[in-house]
Amino acid sequence: MTGTEKTSQVSMLMGLLLILIVAVFLMDLIFGSVKIPFEKVFAILAGGEVKSSWNYIVLNFRLPKALTAIFVGAGLSVTGLMMQTLFRNPLAGPFVLGISSGASLGVALMVMASALLPGVFGMISALLGSWGLVVAAVAGASLVFLLVALASLRISDSVSLLIIGIMFGSITGAVVNILQYFSDPEQIQSFIVWTFGSLAGVTWNEMQVMGPIVFSGLILAFLLIKPLDALLLGENYARGVGISVNRTRIFVIISTALIAGTLTAFTGPIAFVGVAVPHIARAIFRTASHKVLMPAVVFIGAAIMLICDIFSQLPGNQNTLPINSVTALFGGPVVIWVIMRSRNVKASFGG
Amino acid sequence: MDNVNQNILVTQDLSIGYKQGKNEQLCLLSDINLTIRRGEMVCLLGPNGAGKSTLMRTIAGIQAPLEGCTLVEGIPIRERNFKEVAQLLSIVLTERINVGNLTVYHIVSLGRHPYTSWMGRLSQADNDKIKWALEQVGLLHYANHYINQLSDGERQRVMIAKALAQDTPLIMLDEPTAHLDLPNRVEIMRLLHRLARETNKAILLSTHELDLALQAADLIWLMARSKPVKVGAPEDLVLNGSIEDTFHNKSFNFDRKTGNFIMNYQKKESIQVVGNDVMGFWTQRALSREGYQVTCEEVEACKVNLNEKEMVWELSTNGNTYKCKSIEELLTCLKKQ
Repeated sequence: MTGTEKTSQVSMLMGLLLILIVAVFLMDLIFGSVKIPFEKVFAILAGGEVKSSWNYIVLNFRLPKALTAIFVGAGLSVTGLMMQTLFRNPLAGPFVLGISSGASLGVALMVMASALLPGVFGMISALLGSWGLVVAAVAGASLVFLLVALASLRISDSVSLLIIGIMFGSITGAVVNILQYFSDPEQIQSFIVWTFGSLAGVTWNEMQVMGPIVFSGLILAFLLIKPLDALLLGENYARGVGISVNRTRIFVIISTALIAGTLTAFTGPIAFVGVAVPHIARAIFRTASHKVLMPAVVFIGAAIMLICDIFSQLPGNQNTLPINSVTALFGGPVVIWVIMRSRNVKASFGG
Repeated sequence: MDNVNQNILVTQDLSIGYKQGKNEQLCLLSDINLTIRRGEMVCLLGPNGAGKSTLMRTIAGIQAPLEGCTLVEGIPIRERNFKEVAQLLSIVLTERINVGNLTVYHIVSLGRHPYTSWMGRLSQADNDKIKWALEQVGLLHYANHYINQLSDGERQRVMIAKALAQDTPLIMLDEPTAHLDLPNRVEIMRLLHRLARETNKAILLSTHELDLALQAADLIWLMARSKPVKVGAPEDLVLNGSIEDTFHNKSFNFDRKTGNFIMNYQKKESIQVVGNDVMGFWTQRALSREGYQVTCEEVEACKVNLNEKEMVWELSTNGNTYKCKSIEELLTCLKKQ
């Protein structure tokens, strides 16, 4: 059988991706607005005390930022893959169920409603300090997630669920718009800055919260490989081979909420990666099997986010571009190219 | 005792239908007691709306029965979870599989899901079973092809291979030949018939292909709206008129001699056809379509002589004679009169 040949091809590609990730991870640590020679970066990483400001930049700024990039790339790509399979829709992504809209509602309330009700929100933000935005985003995302989860218990087909998710997104979007309408320009600006997304805001303290939650979401996703494979044939066939479709759907939603909700809370809504990376993975590996695609999207997503982060630094420049724009600017053409070349979407989703 | 073991599927006092609201229910059919024995292929026939799909869904445990239960190998399936049911019965659906980037082998391997761990790792025995299943449907050489490179008939055979790999005593197929052309329909029916014999499984399929079902099925379940299901060998059901009753309709007749349906056209005039055999048969069909009452007896006005050697139709009407070289020409000629 040519099966073994294919397996070795897959492992080779995975190996190459892993090397790529290590390379771009190191590059992400080396490039930045402050110029640090690369041998010094290695020395710092090895535990050496080179120069206290450099040490601080590498260990407390660039390292958590690169790790965040990996989490974001891997996490959003995995949830995008699951959503695309669950809804059998190539346009689905981590945020189709309105989770990022929920988070942005929370943040918008925190940032802008404090002007309307200074007493309540002022007290809350004073209490939470730097965690304020994170808590607000988690609260908003959880609220939408709960509503979607409740809906998913009551309805049994995925398309209706998709529509409900999109509706929740529109409703929260409308509330955010109303809030913006009544807010001061400065508040609107700080909200808009949040929507640009940023990998740099995650401190080691916050990483200790974000890391484990996203990681457990990823583990849950990897446990779903087998039922997701069966879902490729449609829900009826999946049931026919002994898969509980309802339970799978709920686990997919939980995993997505854990990953996408948490990441959005800490980095802002980072669009595009979740939708695009699964398509790139399918084009590279020429398979729909989740046993291959699941690790593939983790690797490709991590690599792409790291590369985007390097680009957003604009080497030799003090400014950084908003990561949300870089992912789309950089990734958009890549996806268009992939799709033009392989007609992969048509092949994977029929039509 | 032996007799009991022969039965793979048993329905006990099954009532099928839908629950409407809390207390009301719409019962389509009740007290259904049917069995399928080992190695038997059963075709479920009936007009649209008779409840074929509901019966299939209820037997498969997808829909709850209003009363009664179905037993597969003596096990009531409503009491089992998805995974256990998937080891008792496998399904093949009408819907066309349309995913790319999936190999035939991978799809058939999904049939092993009820037996593998959460990782879905396939053992040597699993792989052997998959290869055996592909061999049975004659697609082993396509194992590494992508499913979207296959024709519709081949795709349906892949799904049958998936059901075989699932290794269940009962295989249920819901209109498996619905969008296939005639050669593929015949091929699928032959395949299922052979599989029932060779693997000793019970095969139940719902279909609208009356003529194929009459030829291939060991047993036919005939459903009509709110009438008890009639069970019998296809030939018995033809002879005792059940098929005619069930599919009774103004616009066509069931011909017991040939097992075919013949459309009823409004008859206007009589025409005599002289000559028999194949040419006569097809000439007669064409003339009936045009609304002529074809007889062998003498008709004054109209007569067609068949010359089989030269393939010429001689039409004598109102004293004139025309020679026609095809049925089409003959019909045009008749229309001019």
